[in-house]
Amino acid sequence: MWYFDSPHIVYGEDARCVLETVEGRRAFIVTDPTMVRLGFVDEVRRRLESAGLEVAVFSEVEPEPSLQTAVRGAEAMRAFEPDWIVGLGGGSCLDAAKAMWIMYERPDVTPDSINPFDTYHLRQKARLITIPTTSGTGSEVTWAIVLTDTAEQRKLGLGTRECVADIAIVDPYFVQGMPARLTADTGMDALTHAFEAYVNTWHNDFSDGLALQAIKLIFTYLPRAYRDGKDMEAREHMHNAATIAGLACSNSLFALAHSLGHSLGALFHIPHGRAVGLFLPYTIEYSAPSGAARYADIARFLGLPADDEETAAWALSARVRQLMHEIDQPQSIAALGIARADFDAQLEALVDRAESDSQTVTSPRVPDRGEFARLFVYAYEGRPIDF
Amino acid sequence: MAHRFPSDAWIKALCAELNASEAYANAAKNWEGDFYFIVEAGGPLEKDVWLYMDLWHGKCREAFEVTDPASKSPEFVMSASYEDWKKVVLGELDPIKGLISRRLKLKGNMNKIMRAPQAAKELVACCTKVETEFPA
Ligand SMILES: NC(=O)c1ccc[n+]([C@@H]2O[C@H](COP(=O)([O-])OP(=O)(O)OC[C@H]3O[C@@H](n4cnc5c(N)ncnc54)[C@H](O)[C@@H]3O)[C@@H](O)[C@H]2O)c1
Ligand SMILES: [Fe+2]
Repeated sequence: MWYFDSPHIVYGEDARCVLETVEGRRAFIVTDPTMVRLGFVDEVRRRLESAGLEVAVFSEVEPEPSLQTAVRGAEAMRAFEPDWIVGLGGGSCLDAAKAMWIMYERPDVTPDSINPFDTYHLRQKARLITIPTTSGTGSEVTWAIVLTDTAEQRKLGLGTRECVADIAIVDPYFVQGMPARLTADTGMDALTHAFEAYVNTWHNDFSDGLALQAIKLIFTYLPRAYRDGKDMEAREHMHNAATIAGLACSNSLFALAHSLGHSLGALFHIPHGRAVGLFLPYTIEYSAPSGAARYADIARFLGLPADDEETAAWALSARVRQLMHEIDQPQSIAALGIARADFDAQLEALVDRAESDSQTVTSPRVPDRGEFARLFVYAYEGRPIDF
Repeated sequence: MAHRFPSDAWIKALCAELNASEAYANAAKNWEGDFYFIVEAGGPLEKDVWLYMDLWHGKCREAFEVTDPASKSPEFVMSASYEDWKKVVLGELDPIKGLISRRLKLKGNMNKIMRAPQAAKELVACCTKVETEFPA
C-alpha cells in the first residue's frame, strides 16, 4: 500500500481570485520582505479581506529558513489565532509556513522533530494555502519541509504527509517579474525534482507520468522563461511544471543530487536550486551503471538516443548540460567561485552530510564514503563521471 | 540451517549476519540504540513474541528472545503483526515505508530513525540472508 497526496490545486492566469472565496475569520500570511516590496502581500491581503477575513502578516522569513524563525512565527500565530495560514513566497516561505502551522496546532512539537511517522492531528485550528512565487521547489504541494540548523550548519529534511497544503494557488502572476538568475536556479531545482522522482527507488505508477511531463515542459520552457521573462506562455508552463514535479517527488522521493546539493548548500551557502541542479548531470552519469534508474524511458520520451541505459544516461546528462549552458548555470563547484583550498578543507564535512542525508538511501546507486568524496571532487573539477 | 521466525535462534542468527556485514557496519557506524521487536499475536502466534537487540556502532552486541518484557527498557520498541514482520524479513516491505504507512509502529526518537535509513536498509538486507522458516 502507498499513498498519493495532493492539495486542491488552482492554477493558471488569475488563479489568485480564488482567495476571494475563502471562508473563515482570520488569515495569517507567512512571507518575506521581498514579497512585501513587490506588492504581492497587499495583493493577497486585499483579496482575503474582500472575503471578509482579518489578516496578519509575518514577513521575516529568510532564504533557507532556520529552526529559530519557525519558532518565532509559530508564536506570532498563537497570538493571532488564525483559521487560515497562507504561505506566500519561494520554497523558503512555504516551508516556514508549514513548520509554523504544525507548531501552532501542536505547541508541544519542536520544529526539528517534525517527521512522517508521528500523527499530529493537524487542522484542528487552521488550514493551509500555499502560493509559490518561484517556479522551483514544488513546496506548495509537497509534504517536505527543509529547515536549516544554523548551529550545526546542516539542512534538515523534515515533514509529514499531514502538512500537504489544502489549497495551492499556482498563478503565473507571481512569477512574471522573477529575475533571470532566480528563474534559472529554481528551474533547475524543478528539473532535478522531476528526474529524481522518476529514478528513485520509491518511484511508482502515480508519480511516473507527472515526472516525465515535468521534464519535457522544463526542457522546452525554461530557456524561454530565462531569456525573456515577459514570455508569459513560458512562465505559465514553467510554473505548472514546478508544481507537477513537486507532486511527482512528494509522492515518490528524491535521490542523490539532493543529498549532494543539500550538503554543498549548507556548507557554502549556495541557493538550493543552483546546488542540486549542479549535481544532476554528475548523478545521472554515476547512477547509469546501476541499471535501475530507467533513463532509457526518459530519453525515449524526449526523443533522445535510448538503446540502453548507458547510452540514454549519457544522452540525458549531455542534454541537461546543454540546458544549463543555455541558462548560464554554473556547471562545476569551481565555477560557483569556491576556492580549491576552501573546498578541500570542507571535503570531509561535505561527505559526512551527504552520506547521512535522507535522500541518499533511495538513490538508484548509493555511493560509499570514498565514492561520495570522488563525486564532490569530480563536480569541483567539472569532470564527467568515469567510476 | 533454517531458523523459525520469530525465535531466540532467529534473532541470534540475524545478530551474526549483522556482525559479518561490512555494509551494515559502515551504514550504522554512528548508530547507538537498542530495540524490542514485538511480533504481535495472531496467525501462527498464540501470544506476542518479544525480541531484544542491542545495536551499537555498526555491531550487534547482544540479541535474544525476551520472556519478561520488563527485564529491559530499550530506547526503541517496534511492533507489527506477524504478517507484516514476515514481509519486512523477506525484504518485501521497506521498514521506512512501513513506518510511514503505520503498519509498523515505533516508540522512541523518530528523528534518530529518520536519519539512519541506510542502516535500516542494510539491516533488512541482513534479515533476508538469514535462512528463515515461517510457521504457517
Ligand atoms: N519543501 C520542499 O518540497 C522543498 C523542495 C525543494 C527545496 N526546498 C527548500 O526551498 C528553499 C528554496 O526556495 P526557492 O528556491 O523558492 O527560493 P527562496 O524561497 O529561498 O527565495 C530566494 C529569494 O528569491 C526571492 N523571491 C522569491 N520569489 C520572487 C519573485 N517572484 N520575484 C523576486 N524575488 C523573489 C525571495 O524573497 C528570496 O530572497 C530552500 O530552503 C530549499 O531547501 C523545499
Ligand atoms: Fe529541491
